[in-house]
Amino acid sequence: MINNLYIFDKYGNLLYYDEWNRPKKGEIKQEEEQKLMYGMLISIKSFVNRLSPTDTREGFLYYKTNKYALHYLETPSGLKFVMNTDVAAMNVREFLQQLYGKVWVEYVVRDPLWEPGTEVTSSLFKSKLDDFVKQSPIFGIRNI
Amino acid sequence: MIIYGIFIVSKSGTLIFDLDYNIPRIENEKTFSYPLDLVLDYNDPKNVSVIFGQKDGISVGHVLLSVNGSSTSGHTLEDGRNIKEVLETKESYPLTLKFSRPKITTNEKISLSSVFYSLYSIASQLSPELKSSGIEILEADTFTLHCFQTKTGVKFIIISEVGVHGMDILLKKIYELYADYALKNPFYSLEMPIRCDQFDTKLQALLEQVEKTGINNL
Repeated sequence: MINNLYIFDKYGNLLYYDEWNRPKKGEIKQEEEQKLMYGMLISIKSFVNRLSPTDTREGFLYYKTNKYALHYLETPSGLKFVMNTDVAAMNVREFLQQLYGKVWVEYVVRDPLWEPGTEVTSSLFKSKLDDFVKQSPIFGIRNI
Repeated sequence: MIIYGIFIVSKSGTLIFDLDYNIPRIENEKTFSYPLDLVLDYNDPKNVSVIFGQKDGISVGHVLLSVNGSSTSGHTLEDGRNIKEVLETKESYPLTLKFSRPKITTNEKISLSSVFYSLYSIASQLSPELKSSGIEILEADTFTLHCFQTKTGVKFIIISEVGVHGMDILLKKIYELYADYALKNPFYSLEMPIRCDQFDTKLQALLEQVEKTGINNL
């Protein structure tokens, strides 16, 4: 099951946010939550880098709690894709990679109206992303 | 199955126990000719580290361990010569320099464990699901971290290689040892660093047993 998706650029601006299943809402303001998320990612990144016994290449991949898993993909250009799913979801990283190549690059990077560093408002991207997420095998399966 | 280390963090976020178990030491030794094609940083009085350049496994952040086989301490060599002077004199080349990833110091461990303590609570705050716990497994490409929090808020953390199973069993075993040999020790006070010989030896024995016979025989 896919909960939500955050896309940040390398400066920490939130480029896109969408959610599909989200039972817990409104405890903190959305804007605050996004800042907290980005801050946490930066801390995890440096934490992982320091704790690692050998040199890291990709670094942080995911973490799991008892209720959800947070998957992280950072592209060489510093874009950060963060997806929350249930703990049983498999191959989310590959899914994020495909999402980057097939949806982000196609409908955002190639969109002449999009200014890098600004929020993505394109409705074409939104609907394509929605289709892409809903078609994935991870989307429907509920954690047993 | 390789276990790199174990940490125990108290309920207020301080590190009360740590053990380096099996940290791989990857050292890279290479002979250099003048001029040195790495840029080194001499600002830290404790060590000399690479700030620019990458070569045969040596990369930014690595510290200098030895020069021509004589090990370094701070900025001086065993024979008392200053490293910077040696490396900048043309006559001393060719030099064999050994570099390695810096070891985690105790101070760094203390700060890393409080970082983890806050990550743990932020992870539960940012949950899209109701009533989520904090981080239980954190995976990176070079290691996996498993965390178990007891009802009283003590966190047991194992750092191991990627793709190991049954760490939750091992964590509970360590909790058992903590309860038996640290908490029942009359000289141990809560929230304070654990210095109990019995605990150390039992933990060491447990880890050795796991390494030899696997997790399933516990």
